[in-house]
Amino acid sequence: MDAILIQILNGLDKGGAYALIALGLTLTFGTLGVVNFAHGALFMMGAFCAVLFNKILTISKKVKDESITFFDAYKETPYLEIWWGDTGTAIIDYSVPLSIFFAIPVMLLVGVIMERGLIKHFYKREHADQILVTFGLAIVIQEIIRHFFGANPIPTPAPEIVSGSAAVGAFFGLNENLVYPWWRLIYLAFSLSIIAAVFAFLKFTTFGMVVRAGMADRETVELLGINVQKRFTVVFGIATVVAGLAGVMYAPILPPDYHMGMDFLVLSFVVVVVGGMGSLGGAVLAGFMLGLLQSFASMNEVKAILPGIDQIIIYLVAVVILLVRPRGLMGREGVFED
Amino acid sequence: MSKKTPTLDRRGFLKASVATSMAAAAPMFFIQNSYAGSHAKTFRNMPKADAKSVTLGFNVPQTGAYADEGADELRAFKLAVKHLNGEGDGGMMNTFKPSALKGNGVLGKKVEFVTGDTQTKSDAARNSAKRMIEKDGVLMISGGSSSGVAIAVQGLCQEMGTIFMAGLTHSNDTTGKDKRRYGFRHFFNAKMTGSALGPVLKEEMGTERKAYHLTSDYTWGWTQEESIKETTEGLGWKTVKTVKTPVGAGDFSQYITPILNSGADTLILNHYGKDMINSLTQSVQFGLRDKQVNGKNFEIIVPLYSRLMAQGAGKNLQGILGTTNWNWALTDDGSKAFVKSFGKEYGNPPSQAAHTCYVQTLLYANACEVAGTFYPPEVIKALEGFKFDGMGNGATEYRAEDHQCFKDVLVVRGNDKPTSQFDLLKIVKQVPRSAVEYEAKIFGGELGPYKV
Repeated sequence: MDAILIQILNGLDKGGAYALIALGLTLTFGTLGVVNFAHGALFMMGAFCAVLFNKILTISKKVKDESITFFDAYKETPYLEIWWGDTGTAIIDYSVPLSIFFAIPVMLLVGVIMERGLIKHFYKREHADQILVTFGLAIVIQEIIRHFFGANPIPTPAPEIVSGSAAVGAFFGLNENLVYPWWRLIYLAFSLSIIAAVFAFLKFTTFGMVVRAGMADRETVELLGINVQKRFTVVFGIATVVAGLAGVMYAPILPPDYHMGMDFLVLSFVVVVVGGMGSLGGAVLAGFMLGLLQSFASMNEVKAILPGIDQIIIYLVAVVILLVRPRGLMGREGVFED
Repeated sequence: MSKKTPTLDRRGFLKASVATSMAAAAPMFFIQNSYAGSHAKTFRNMPKADAKSVTLGFNVPQTGAYADEGADELRAFKLAVKHLNGEGDGGMMNTFKPSALKGNGVLGKKVEFVTGDTQTKSDAARNSAKRMIEKDGVLMISGGSSSGVAIAVQGLCQEMGTIFMAGLTHSNDTTGKDKRRYGFRHFFNAKMTGSALGPVLKEEMGTERKAYHLTSDYTWGWTQEESIKETTEGLGWKTVKTVKTPVGAGDFSQYITPILNSGADTLILNHYGKDMINSLTQSVQFGLRDKQVNGKNFEIIVPLYSRLMAQGAGKNLQGILGTTNWNWALTDDGSKAFVKSFGKEYGNPPSQAAHTCYVQTLLYANACEVAGTFYPPEVIKALEGFKFDGMGNGATEYRAEDHQCFKDVLVVRGNDKPTSQFDLLKIVKQVPRSAVEYEAKIFGGELGPYKV
């Protein structure tokens, strides 16, 4: 039972990340009809917003390091600590959650520039062209990040207070030694909140209603005199922010490196395909489902029966779904079926 | 018309003999001074008689996950070239003995270099090495940050008759079952890591432990797991489970959660680079280091460390045991000279990858000087069994049987009280060379021929 609880939590936590990335990807495809292969790079840029914000907070005064005599080396003390002492240290400690406020405008700006500057020129082009240009863009973004931050992962820890583990076993009345990292639980709650916020925005606001109507029948909405394109541009910006926030909060789990977006990109495309291209609910459902499946497939008991299943389970499910139900779990009829 | 029959008289025979002898001797005349030795043999990329320089090929990861390590290797190579050409402060050239290096290049020819990008992919590394050999005419290939790459490039170098001085490669296979006559490794290996760590593990963790391995699923991971398992089981530890993880898995949580209820009290991470940073960071987040299992504190061991990994893992590394080939904090004359030279040039101390690449370049150059030629079989013979000192790690020998260097190995611990931003690893013990030696035949493999 202990092992099952841990794997469920792990699956939900993984699923939260998959769902969050896939949600942005689906928003872009559902509204603009663009297959955005740069979405993983946006996730990575989000994580680097956390890194950059931390670097800004830790701009330091350099003092000659007398302990090193072989060459000139310097010790660095952040100005925040010099000026504000413990308060400065505490601000630096909370740099990851604080960087959310830094990432939102940055990612929104990145999204709008990306859409207006490049993507809009490809709306009427083949999907293959869209894939090529966005994939190329992803590589460019990656290399820019590598140039400035290097290739090595950069430790970006969570605040000290939540860097340990929560006693989930005791909470559920099971083994008291059963623990789960606080930050992963926070990430799960965060991803559920963002997903709920995006759904609420689309469901309960007039803007969201127009967007949903535009997704269902763009021509009719435009005949009503509504500028759907303008709203879709905003949606692209929102999708960029969602990907960015997913990255910001993931930074303490996976020390950011320039390639982390690509690692998630393939997985999130599988999630979108399984959930149904253009279906927001499908993306979320498939994200959590695949997270759970991957987690359970990694149990030693399962691998004893099916060796290597942990590494192929997600792709196996995708193959089965594409064979049996090409439109995905909750995909609209006709999408990817003709 | 009468047909004239050709006849050979005495004068004609003599003329023909002299002409034939001169013709036969002519290539020898041109060749013998074309490389600075007396070996009348041609070989790939043989320098011309009037060549003022020779070119070496440095094949390092310039893109991909190990690009930072590759950049540090490249810095070391550039420094080595500078020192060989008599520029700078000379670094380890001043401490290396016995040395035939004169600071005027190699065999009087200035050393130049070209670089290639391995991308830490075997195919890309082979292609770039091939390009450097065929198009740039390099005499030697060096560098790299992966055993998979080292083995692939080493195989190519054997086929092409070009010496390969491996960079960072820790798999037993590099100088074990996949060893090659043209390949040489200065870096230590997984077997030596196991031998060095064993006594320290026994002293600090006792003889009744239950170990769980997470292992990178490729040649280096397999051999490290095998060597560490052999060591720990030799101490009396039990191996609960060994789990292979895909290279670049990113999120290792699904592999860490089963450890929580496995009954294991020790986790051995046979991961390197980004994988190690991620798996260690996540293991610590899952509270493994705060756990008590079987009445003991749960321990994590990272058998192979590097400074870049230590930087990436941050505070998570503090207190964790592992091994390194070399560390900049060593106080022998060679290490101090190298750190001083490197630090002056680049503003930070060298990594162990940089150290091994620098040493390899000097060793190759020295072997050419000793052999008096660039002719690979003679250079190989000069390297085989070569004993030297003054390059860090004490007295060292390039064992002739498998081209593995034997020297002291460092057991280190993530420093919990760093005194500087570079002070990430603390040396726990310098394990003497005699404690990490083993017989070459245990890993099998054939070196292959001198002449290809």
